Amino acid sequence: MNWFDILEAGISVFLVVFALTAVISRKLLTSIIFLSALSMTAVAGFALLSAPDVAVTEAVIGSGLVTFIFVASIRNLRKAGDGL
Amino acid sequence: MKKIFAGLLAVAFGIVLLIGISLNTGLFGYNDSLPEDGAASHYISKDVNGKTDEVVFGETTGAETGSANMVTSVIANYRSFDTLGEVTVLFLAALGVSLLAGTMDKGRKRSGSGFILRTSARILFPLMLVTGIYIFTHGHLTPGGGFPGGSMIASSFLLLYLADESFRANVKGFKVAEGLAGTLYVAIGIVGLLAAGYFLVNFLPTGTVGNLLSAGIIPVVYVIIGLKVGSEITGIVADMFNEEVKA
Repeated sequence: MNWFDILEAGISVFLVVFALTAVISRKLLTSIIFLSALSMTAVAGFALLSAPDVAVTEAVIGSGLVTFIFVASIRNLRKAGDGL
Repeated sequence: MKKIFAGLLAVAFGIVLLIGISLNTGLFGYNDSLPEDGAASHYISKDVNGKTDEVVFGETTGAETGSANMVTSVIANYRSFDTLGEVTVLFLAALGVSLLAGTMDKGRKRSGSGFILRTSARILFPLMLVTGIYIFTHGHLTPGGGFPGGSMIASSFLLLYLADESFRANVKGFKVAEGLAGTLYVAIGIVGLLAAGYFLVNFLPTGTVGNLLSAGIIPVVYVIIGLKVGSEITGIVADMFNEEVKA
């Protein structure tokens, strides 16, 4: 195994860890932040697998806009008084 | 119980990723076992540039699509009709967000932002905007294209929204830009239908591979897609902030 394989394996482990944390965490906001971290780790994975266009898309949409939409939805729902 | 199941699912997925990606078992990546006469095999082994001799960046002329980026030549040339449908899906999604957010009460005051966010947004906003424009104008030369470029423009506006509580995007202008871009995309397709007999056919000369003005209609289509996606997602961001201006 050279350093490239080790890096890929490390990224895969981080993907699993972030996915698990996003599922297990009790607060919705924590889940969202860990989903964002999961996306950023996936960006590193895509870049390593020489897919820069997918990496850019994942960074912008998966880590930026989707996180924003989740957070904004939670804030709006909280304001509507659903007790989340 | 539910959480244990979810955790097991995540672990199983991680194991698949580890086996497939790290150890190269052929689950992902290049596969030799494609059927020889299948459509996928045809597109993978096809020379996008339509010539048997090697393509030289900046010298080869008269290529089939003229795009240096193979993904782009599929998205904006061979499967352009599919991309038109994709853009329509995004439009419907933005419409749905608009309708849902429109029923919420407006005029909520946004909370102010910190000094660091305000200052760094002033530096980052132009950089992100120009990077987004660069990504979609160079979609036929470098990785990327209309969808990532447009999303990057939208995230630069999101940064402005987050940094400045009194910022209002010109939503009406974005809606006009979005409608114009969509109409132009269909218009280009109809021009192709009239000029060469197929909807969205690449009817312009393809030029030299690697030039900015090459690849026929591909850069035009990608600029249109970039503007459309950018204005649509900025509209979604504005809707989520509950502050749509009255039309």
